[in-house]
Amino acid sequence: MQITVNGDIRDVEQPISIAALLLEMGLRDRPCAVELNREVVPRAQHPTTTLAEGDRLELVTLVGGG
Amino acid sequence: MTTATQPQHAPLRIAGRELSSRLVVGTGKYATFDLMRDALDASGCEVVTVAVRRERLYNDQGRSLLEFIDTDRYTILPNTAGCFSADDAVRVARLGRELLDQLDNPGAGWVKLEVLSDTKTLLPDPIGTLEATKTLIADGFDVLVYTSDDPVMARRLKEVGAASVMPAGSPIGSGQGVLNPLNISLCLEMLKEGDADYPVIVDAGVGGASDVATAMELGADGVLLNTAIANADNPVLMASAMRGAIEAGRMSRLAGRIPKKRYASASSPMRDTIGWIPGE
Repeated sequence: MQITVNGDIRDVEQPISIAALLLEMGLRDRPCAVELNREVVPRAQHPTTTLAEGDRLELVTLVGGG
Repeated sequence: MTTATQPQHAPLRIAGRELSSRLVVGTGKYATFDLMRDALDASGCEVVTVAVRRERLYNDQGRSLLEFIDTDRYTILPNTAGCFSADDAVRVARLGRELLDQLDNPGAGWVKLEVLSDTKTLLPDPIGTLEATKTLIADGFDVLVYTSDDPVMARRLKEVGAASVMPAGSPIGSGQGVLNPLNISLCLEMLKEGDADYPVIVDAGVGGASDVATAMELGADGVLLNTAIANADNPVLMASAMRGAIEAGRMSRLAGRIPKKRYASASSPMRDTIGWIPGE
């Protein structure tokens, strides 16, 4: 199925949790906040939140800023 | 009298957090992360601002900002920089809170709110700023809100519950200093009327240490800056200068400066100069 991650379309195996996606992308072990269809999904819910076709994800972290 | 009881050492209280440094320093624009770490250290700050951005999914060979910030030492204040609508700013604030929750940092739950108008001036959009402030407060945030130096807007933001109002000295990164000291002092007067401990931080526009001292002399509780240190020829030395300016400006405020006078007032006695003729 296709989902959108940070604006890019991505093909992923179904079913897949947010935790599994982060693992696949190498982001599981670092600070990363996830927004699924404009709602934040807390880290504790990443393993139990399953993605669906057309989902839109934002994966963000902290960078330098003023 | 011990130093702890001297008024210039009184901590700054914002939203239940007690800070001994009144300087808040940004983490953007440094040539290297090592330089940033050393400048933060020299500034003596306890609170650092950060931005929230998408993970780079490709070619990310760089190191993470967080490897260079001791999260046990610094409280991280996430900003909503780059947001041009209240909606985006609210989303970014919530993502920032989630990140700081993951880091178990005391910065989780507060936000430096910026809702900007356009990329050229980066001036705050007052309508969007007020809207996002209300939404985030309803969502449980302590909102430290970046605004223009408009005293009426500042008061509106306090009325809806902002934890701190942060008027700009001049546009972000401009280095123009405090362009309208009258407006900043009116902001301070309105925000602190009957509420002297309400925290007001001058945010943005600082170029040099004198700008920091000016803001503190006007009665600000603190100063937030980034570019003035990060883009100085010697950021670590400038960070040290800013640290001194915060203290000098605050002590000058507390000491009570003399009023400005139109004409001179001699410091040396006018009588008994040589050639002085009594009675003339």
